[in-house]
Amino acid sequence: MAVGAKAGLHLGAPMRDVFGDALLAVCKENPRVVVLDGDLGNSTKTELVRQNFPERFFNIGIAESNLVGVGAGMAACDLIPWITSFSSFLLCNAYDQIRLAVAMSNLNAKILGSHGGITLGKDGPTQMGIEDLALMGGLPTMTILVPSDSASMHAAVKAATDHVGPVFLRSSRVPMPDIYPAEDTPFEIGKANIVRQGDDLTIIACGLMVGTALDAAIALAEEGLQARVIDLHTLRPLDNEAISAAARQTGAIVTAEEHLLQGGMGSNVARLVAENYPVPMRFVGLGDVYAESADPDDLLEKYRLTAKDIVQAAREVHQAKIGSNL
Amino acid sequence: MSGIDLNEDKLKALKGIARDLRLDILDMTTKAGSGHPSSSFSAVEILTALFFGGILRYRPDEPWWPERDRFIMSKGHAAPLLYAALARAGYFDRQLLWQLRQIGSPVQGHPIQGMLPGVEATTGSLGQGLSLGLGHILGGRINQLDYQVYVLLGDGECEAGQIWEAAMAAAHFNAHRLTAILDYNKYQETGPISREMALEPLVAKWESFGWGVSEVDGHDIGEIMTVLHEVSNVETKPSIIITHTVKGKGVSFVEQDFTFHGRALKPEQAEKAREEISWQ
Repeated sequence: MAVGAKAGLHLGAPMRDVFGDALLAVCKENPRVVVLDGDLGNSTKTELVRQNFPERFFNIGIAESNLVGVGAGMAACDLIPWITSFSSFLLCNAYDQIRLAVAMSNLNAKILGSHGGITLGKDGPTQMGIEDLALMGGLPTMTILVPSDSASMHAAVKAATDHVGPVFLRSSRVPMPDIYPAEDTPFEIGKANIVRQGDDLTIIACGLMVGTALDAAIALAEEGLQARVIDLHTLRPLDNEAISAAARQTGAIVTAEEHLLQGGMGSNVARLVAENYPVPMRFVGLGDVYAESADPDDLLEKYRLTAKDIVQAAREVHQAKIGSNL
Repeated sequence: MSGIDLNEDKLKALKGIARDLRLDILDMTTKAGSGHPSSSFSAVEILTALFFGGILRYRPDEPWWPERDRFIMSKGHAAPLLYAALARAGYFDRQLLWQLRQIGSPVQGHPIQGMLPGVEATTGSLGQGLSLGLGHILGGRINQLDYQVYVLLGDGECEAGQIWEAAMAAAHFNAHRLTAILDYNKYQETGPISREMALEPLVAKWESFGWGVSEVDGHDIGEIMTVLHEVSNVETKPSIIITHTVKGKGVSFVEQDFTFHGRALKPEQAEKAREEISWQ
């Protein structure tokens, strides 16, 4: 069953296509936006910008270090560069360039890491960005965005472009279920969205896992557990208020992400929870393992990133909550 | 930049500036108790020519003037030289120099963009500056500004792949207003470059990447200015000026000892060095 189906949601277009459309929209709106490509424009869909604004599009080639450096130089000229490639290649090849030239210099550059997570599927683990959020977490000035559907992707690309300062935006290859209305999507950097109310526990998710979390919430409701679901689309700055309120009001938290558990969204949420209002937590994500080539759905199943896995974690954390209240 | 106006008096004045910059570098690093004086000394004449020979167009009172020529210190460990030149040019109070590497000071061990006016780039992890320079060139095209961009490269950092990525791309984009200046002092941290890593043939390498290549004596200010002027008129390719320099130039016992790379002079050594430099 497709992600979001149990929650009655319909799949949107593949996220990479949505990103391409969103990027084209900000290029139309803002003449200071330029796009730099690491020769993957037909995969990341920045080719739309190449076709429409060739004078503002630069294929820097398969040379990510130079790609980031050139983008940083353009940011220093008061332009707004979107530096784009697969998150795995861009971040792993050019981390030091992102660190010095973008983050430490606090430049107004935007970094797209496409094909995040394991759902790029058959191209296999060499292409999968499963450590991107941890790496970006290591850059103190970097705002980190992970949109969860088409509407929030559009809103995130616009918000990132308008924000002054370095931003990382994670995209994926696959379609995600539509969670938000196409118009008037709530998206404020640093302000998490509660996409389902509930008081027995909270599921905090990002990206594809928000749809999965909504599926899990339906299954949990059938068991009599009302789960709050939070779309944590911004990993830096973290929405301390929403996370602390979830801890106080629901007393149990599950996090879900298509990323390594080590250094990922869940570990950052756990730090805030531990500091402010400790409650039982469980974490759904990738253990210390590299995935493999396969259909995305089979990968999600095998690497335990399904609604079933969230439900299991929710039952456990709710039990722990009841146990700690005895 | 119009023609080169270089009479005896002007050359003498520029030599005096070079001497003063060396003294500042010496005092800064000795006071800090660390830093890279020898890597700074080798490029003193290069920055003297750029900043004080009328090559760079800049406005110290308007440091981010969009039309300014850019100078990017890719070999970030020569930060003391950059700071000394910027202070001398009037970007900030010279007293700041004595705060090099002190807690709470903007005068960081390696340059950090945004901390001091005139510092165009964060460098210190080597190999990154040429890409930034190319970004300024491409940005200038969009902004319809025709400034020149100068990037000072260390020789050791030409071992980094990113330098050659940027070299390839700069030629591809015909970044003819981009000029790299190589401070070819022949030594990297652990020893002579010829022993540690085969960089040569440098001229053939850069030419094969589509660059115009010149070679000059990197301590002859007049020669540096002349070639800088020449390459500013090239319109078909980016240029690199390979300046042959001496690491530690100006202080005999530093010139003879490459282990001074990441090391300041002790106070008694500094006194001897000051005497030698002062006579120049």
